[in-house]
This record gives sequence, structure tokens and C-alpha cells, in this order.
Amino acid sequence: MSDVRELYQSVILDHSRKPRNFREPEQANREAEGFNPLCGDKVKVFVKLEDDRLEDVAFQGSGCAISTASASLMTEAVKGRRRSEAEALFRCFRGLVTGEAADAEQLGKLTVLAGVRDFPMRVKCATLAWHALSAALADRNEVISTE
Amino acid sequence: MRPAQPVVAGNAAKPPLTDLEVERLRADFPILGQRIHGKPLVYLDNAATTQKPHAVLEAVTRYYERDNSNVHRGVHALGERATADYEGARERVRRFLNAREAREIVFTRGTTESINLVAASFGARLRAGDEILITHMEHHSNIVPWQLLVERTGARLRVVPVSDAGALDLADFERGIGPRTRIVAVTHVSNVLGTVNPVHDIVELAHREGVPVLVDGAQAPARLPVDVQGLGCDFYAFSGHKLYGPTGIGVLYGRAELLDGLPPYQGGGQMIATVSFEKTTFAGLPARFEAGTPNVSGAVGLAAAIDYVDAIGTDRIEVHERDLLARASEAVTSVPGVRVIGTARDRIGVLSLVLEGVHAHDVGTILDHEGVAIRAGHHCAQPLMERYGVPATTRASFGLYNRREDVEALVSGLHRVVQVFG
Repeated sequence: MSDVRELYQSVILDHSRKPRNFREPEQANREAEGFNPLCGDKVKVFVKLEDDRLEDVAFQGSGCAISTASASLMTEAVKGRRRSEAEALFRCFRGLVTGEAADAEQLGKLTVLAGVRDFPMRVKCATLAWHALSAALADRNEVISTE
Repeated sequence: MRPAQPVVAGNAAKPPLTDLEVERLRADFPILGQRIHGKPLVYLDNAATTQKPHAVLEAVTRYYERDNSNVHRGVHALGERATADYEGARERVRRFLNAREAREIVFTRGTTESINLVAASFGARLRAGDEILITHMEHHSNIVPWQLLVERTGARLRVVPVSDAGALDLADFERGIGPRTRIVAVTHVSNVLGTVNPVHDIVELAHREGVPVLVDGAQAPARLPVDVQGLGCDFYAFSGHKLYGPTGIGVLYGRAELLDGLPPYQGGGQMIATVSFEKTTFAGLPARFEAGTPNVSGAVGLAAAIDYVDAIGTDRIEVHERDLLARASEAVTSVPGVRVIGTARDRIGVLSLVLEGVHAHDVGTILDHEGVAIRAGHHCAQPLMERYGVPATTRASFGLYNRREDVEALVSGLHRVVQVFG
């Protein structure tokens, strides 16, 4: 039996209470919105993409602890990376939270969200910001819905 | 933190269900015996759907094992039996709602389809500039069908406000009903706030202006006696699955004089009198609104569910549910940071709350881990969520099989949430 403490680790609680990069950057040139109609979670991800590199990444929105912490951790994880690296990291992260094989080394701090794999109903919360990031990078400025 | 107000005891004279009775009733529901994450299941999501007693499951199985056939068609013995089962279920619903005639009972897929039927058929007579009056506490299923109608006809949707406590004011209906109002649509019991609306008074007011009233009864018949003649309403919609019956079966009650004048909803078999390529004439009530092979087993299951709740007494279930809600409303105030959404005087069955600093989804996950099933979200009532400035609420909703221990499990689960997020 999984423990809820596995899901709500202190790092996650910390990031949900004090989300990092929680702002709207002035120089962002890419953005996309994610929406989960089931629970009403909303996240807007902003990217300043320069020479294929994510110079700045930030987000705004409201949601549960998992979606907020995941968005916050994501911005830290992808900032400064190349676009292809960010996309590869998303694939890896999705593997982590859905319980497939995931490269822990590549994921680094993001592994604190591994507990999500025992809560299938919450996978959408954890990946919402990543889907929005992916849409922003693809320059699809539209609302991404989890449904 | 606002203390919960006492809940009105509507049928206080009736003896409440005893603990022993509730234990016996629980034994009728096979699903309740299981453990979730190692804890006994505490099912508090009855506003979403109720569990089914043996009697309902057996009635459905028996129908398929013994009587299954198409209705109103075959001349063979099974056809006759299936037709008798189906029409018997209709008569059972009539008696349950105290409708005048069985032909005033139309079987549908559920509350949503019942409302859509009225919006489509009754709505066909609406013209640009006509008005539909609903309230701020409606479920999406009593908003969206009217919005679709507005788009088709150019009619206007007007909305009666809801107070901070979660109540409707009759004066707002008086103001809202004008010369162009064609129908009033209002919920009997709010699925978010638990408010029991003064339907009888609303109907009286609307009828004074010659305006018919549709009542969304999704949350009501499982919790209190419903008498459509007593209420005086013109349409009453409810679902079988929220009344301990199967999914996929629901009811639209409509006063015969009104139903009779309405055009069909869907076309197909069963709803016709004669068909030729030049002209089709339609069947009378209720067949005109039941195109295609109906959900016979669902109707049979619904009739069994009605037998089940009637044997206990909906008046006694009402006392039980009011008691549980009063206890729960009081008990949750012990949890730090709790705010109850919906504190109207007359409430039943549903307790919505928010926990400061914790999203309802997280509350739901942690409660689930304690074996407590509640609903977290907007409850298909987004305008109402906006009204109270919350993205979502945690909703506990009761059923006839819930015990005081279930309230205690809810409260200790909420304390656990505070502990995790503390």
C-alpha cells in the first residue's frame, strides 16, 4: 500500500506553497495554456526561446498541490536547456509518473513526483504544465485540455 | 470560520432510522463491504451516484433471465411479460411521485435527457425575445440545454441570484418573471449546497403569471418525499441511479395537458401512430417521447429501487439524512481552516467545504487513502463555484446507508489532510 506521504513529499509541499518562476515574463515569445476541465486546474506557461534555447520559463495559474509543484519544478528543470532536451525530459518525466521505466539520473529533482504513479487519477495533474510547455514550444498558442 | 447553522428538521415527527436498522440496510448493499487502501470503504459520494441494493440487482437479473423481450411489439408470451414489466414500472413511478396518470411519466436516460427533452420540445415554441428563468445554483444539465435553446431561438436566459448562504429569494423570482418569461427551471435540492428550494412557492408565483415550471429533481427523491401534485410543478426530472437504481434510466414527469401539446423529441419506432412517406402521425403519451426500444431492464430496476426506498419510507430517510448533515456540518468545524459552502437554513444530503490552502483535489486523494470516497471538483456547477470564489470544493454527500461513524471517518480524514499539509 502506498502512503500519501510518498505523494506529498516535503519538496512538493514546498513548491506548491512557494512556486518558483511564478510570474509572467515580459520577454516571453512563446506561451500556451493548459486546462483540466475535471478539476478546473489552469496553468499558463511562458517561454523565452532564443536560438533554440529556453532562456526563461515561467508559469501562472491555479491548481492542486501536485499540478502547482510539478509546474514549478518543471520551470527549474528546463530553464537554460535546448528545446530538444526539454522535449526529451518531458518524455522521461511522463514515463516516471505513469510508472514506466524512467531515467532517474536525467530527471534529477523531478523524481520527487515519482509517487504520482501510485495515483493514476493524478497523472493529469502532474503533466498539465508539461503539456502546456510542449504546446508553447511547438508554437501552438491554444488551450491544451487534458480531456 | 463561520459556524454551521442548524439544519431544519422537516419530518422531525417521524422516528429516525435506528443504528440497527442502518446496519441491516447496509447488508443489502454488496459493494459497501469492501476495503479501500486497507480501510473500510466509507462511501460519501451519493450525490454523484448511489450504490445499488440486492433487490435492484436481482430485479434486473430476473428480468433478463425470465422476461426479456421487446416491448409493445411481440404477441408472444415474453413480449407480453416485458411489456407488463415496463408499464408496471411506469405505474410504480406514477405512484411514487403521486402523479395523476401513468401517461404523465416518460422514461428517459436520466435527468439530463429529461431536461433536454423539455428544452427541445417545449422550447420549440419559443421565439426571439422570449425568456427562460433559471437560477445561479443550477447544475450544468439545467443550464446548457437552455443555452442551446437560446442559440436556436434568440430567446434570453435570465438568472435568479443565490445568496451568500446559498438560498434563493422568492422576491428575485417575482422580479425575474416578466411578460416574456416562457418557463422557469429550478433545482429542487442543490447538488453543491444541499439547499432545499421552496419549489411549491416558486411554482405558485410562476403560475400566477401563467408560466410553467420545470424542477430538476436529480438530488431530491432519494432524500425526501416528492409529490408532484403537491408541488404543483409542470415538469419534474430525475435519475434512477441517484435513487439506488440502475444508470441509464430516468424520468420526466410532465402534466398531461402540457405534454399533450408538445411535438416529439426524437423520431423512430414506438413513438408513431402511422408512418407513410407522405405523412407520419405520432403516438399519444407517453410513447410519443419514447422513440426506439426503451431501457426496459433499467425501468424494472428503478421500480425495484422505488419499492426499496418506499419500504423504508422516504420520510424516514429524510429524517436520517437531515440528521447526518447536521452532525457533519457541526463536526467539520473542528477542522482548522474549514469553510462550509452552503449554510442555508433548509438543507439536506450534501456538505460542500473548502480547506484553507489545500486544493479540493488533494483533499480527495488523501481522504481516498483513508477509505473515504468524496467528490472533489466543480460538481458540474462552474457558475456557482465562481459565485463563491472557489475553483473547486470538497463535497461529502450522504445516503440511507451512511452512519454516524462515516461522519467521524470524514472528519478524521480531514484532520489527516491538515496534518499532511500542516
